[in-house]
Amino acid sequence: MAPVLLAAEASAGTSRTLTITLFLIFVAITLGITIWASRQTKTATDFYAGGRQFSGFQNGMAIGGDYMSAASFLGIAGLIALYGYDGFLYSIGFLVAWLVALLLVAEFLRNSGRYTMADVLAFRMRQRPVRTAASVSTIVVSIFYLIAQMVGAGALVSLLLGIKPDTEFLGMNANTAKIATIILVGALMIIYVTVGGMKGTTYVQIVKAFMLMTGALIMVLLVLAHYKFNLSALLGDAAAQSGKGDAFLEPGLRYGVESASASATFYSKMDLLSLGLALVLGTAGLPHILTRFYTVPTSRIARKSVLWAIGIIGTFYLFTLALGFGAAALVGGANITAQDKAGNTAAPQLAQQLGIDYLGGDSGGAIMLAVIAAVAFATILAVVAGLTLASSSSLAHDFYASVIKRGQASERDEVRVARFAALLIGAVAIALSIFAQSLNVAFLVALAFAVAASANLPAILYSLFWRRFNTRGALWSIYGGLGAAVLLVFFSPVVSGSATAMFPDQDWHWFPLSNPGIISIPLGFLFGWIGTVTSKETDPEKYAELEVRSLTGHGAH
Amino acid sequence: MPAPAEKYLEVQRSDEFAQLRHRLRTFIFPTTVAFIVWYSLYVLLSAYARDFMGIKLIGNVNVALIFGLLQFISTFLIAWYYSRYAARNLDPLADDIHSAIDKAPATTDGGKS
Repeated sequence: MAPVLLAAEASAGTSRTLTITLFLIFVAITLGITIWASRQTKTATDFYAGGRQFSGFQNGMAIGGDYMSAASFLGIAGLIALYGYDGFLYSIGFLVAWLVALLLVAEFLRNSGRYTMADVLAFRMRQRPVRTAASVSTIVVSIFYLIAQMVGAGALVSLLLGIKPDTEFLGMNANTAKIATIILVGALMIIYVTVGGMKGTTYVQIVKAFMLMTGALIMVLLVLAHYKFNLSALLGDAAAQSGKGDAFLEPGLRYGVESASASATFYSKMDLLSLGLALVLGTAGLPHILTRFYTVPTSRIARKSVLWAIGIIGTFYLFTLALGFGAAALVGGANITAQDKAGNTAAPQLAQQLGIDYLGGDSGGAIMLAVIAAVAFATILAVVAGLTLASSSSLAHDFYASVIKRGQASERDEVRVARFAALLIGAVAIALSIFAQSLNVAFLVALAFAVAASANLPAILYSLFWRRFNTRGALWSIYGGLGAAVLLVFFSPVVSGSATAMFPDQDWHWFPLSNPGIISIPLGFLFGWIGTVTSKETDPEKYAELEVRSLTGHGAH
Repeated sequence: MPAPAEKYLEVQRSDEFAQLRHRLRTFIFPTTVAFIVWYSLYVLLSAYARDFMGIKLIGNVNVALIFGLLQFISTFLIAWYYSRYAARNLDPLADDIHSAIDKAPATTDGGKS
């Protein structure tokens, strides 16, 4: 099989034009939907919760759209293509996590909250400090995640459009194209959120999820057909092409790597456990996922939407398994790393190869590449829109309306501030991403999950299920879990002191793990417990109201 | 509309609500512990039992892959089983309590919700 580099010379022009055309079609459709949605958005409930009129299936798709980021699609497929089995560990953590959301969070949140995570956390607490804390943690998680996605988009654009360091495209070199992409992605997400609110953003998620699932399905079918639907043959070929043999099909090439040094091996394995824990406990604390549960009419439909989401997301992660091993077998690790060392182009390269083999040679390859590249951009765009919406909602509803205006803000005022907040957060995210674009910030996705698991999840679970929980407990678990996760990562090898660090030339690290979860998650729970038992505050009446409402749906918004 | 605070306290203390809470908690807490232990076992084996995970079962399909796929299957099954359990054992009881709150006047203030 001839080695194929992305956007090989002959088809580079066609593919590039097609990618841009397809992407512009997606943008045009979603902007149309956004403008339509803005006409339907009149009340605060419309803006924050899409009018609570989405069906279980629609919201399930939208959850998938919010959740299946470029890190899932390109990142996991790339990890599997380069490191084999270990990429699968990520998918499994990301999927199992949904059981936490289903069993412990979704329905109770829907029943007792209104627009944001803080509605539940502050239900029986002193409003201002708890809402401030929840808002801080929501914004920190969202900004980390936003930067990772936007910098990723910038890095992808030159790869997917085939802009090489020494060439120019529309008068831009690779570096200016990167910055232009970050600004474009940022501007579009601000428009989706400020104009369309939750209703527009939800439809963007649905369209994106549909495109992503369809694109991935076509590729999976082609890969499987190539091996006559014999999974073992696909795995065997992938292992042989990888040059690593059977080890490619076993855990240990990327995470928990065994080396000559006993302490390095120990820490590497602890890191794997720490990552696994953050993945499985982080999802149910992600603000942009939590706000999704408010977009349906009842808690039963919220349950149904999580069931749909589990089905859609689970299927998608099974797809990535075939995509990753398919890319390893049909494109080959060397060709992938020649394009991108991190493997993010494995899926697009596989698409191109499949197009060449099955859809009529070079032009077929160019078409497939363009389709998948456009899907990848749509994926990033939808995720950043969801994040911007969740954080601006919290800034307006929690911080502005409750903390600054002490609950006296009018609905119109609140929505006006939410739109302005989206603009502000979008601008900050663009500025930070441009500053960070030359740094390795891939760890920020894992950090966002770790903060969500360490700060948000303990506070949510204690709030819902522990009668004694109080204001101090909530503050300590949020600030304690958030502080622990961020500080440990700041002193970890992903920020300084290693070749792949954010600041590779500096070294102030003393914490040996890249993932803080194994320490910071128990700390978040512990801080919440200590804070609670050292404070005398209790409010049995408000807890009765919270418990009865969360279990029965009485008085639900 | 939310009901007065005394009403919620009264409901919270009722036998019906205690039963709803009991049915809910005896399902969700043990199930959560079970799937977290099951998932942790998978991660631990991936870290520490690589020879076992590498045993080939059918062709190139090894224990690690089967174990991973079992995590998918267990997730789907738990989700399905929970929705069935909730529809049969939780939802009707929750509905009863919900409508009782609206119907019965609160004993303390007699006001409507």
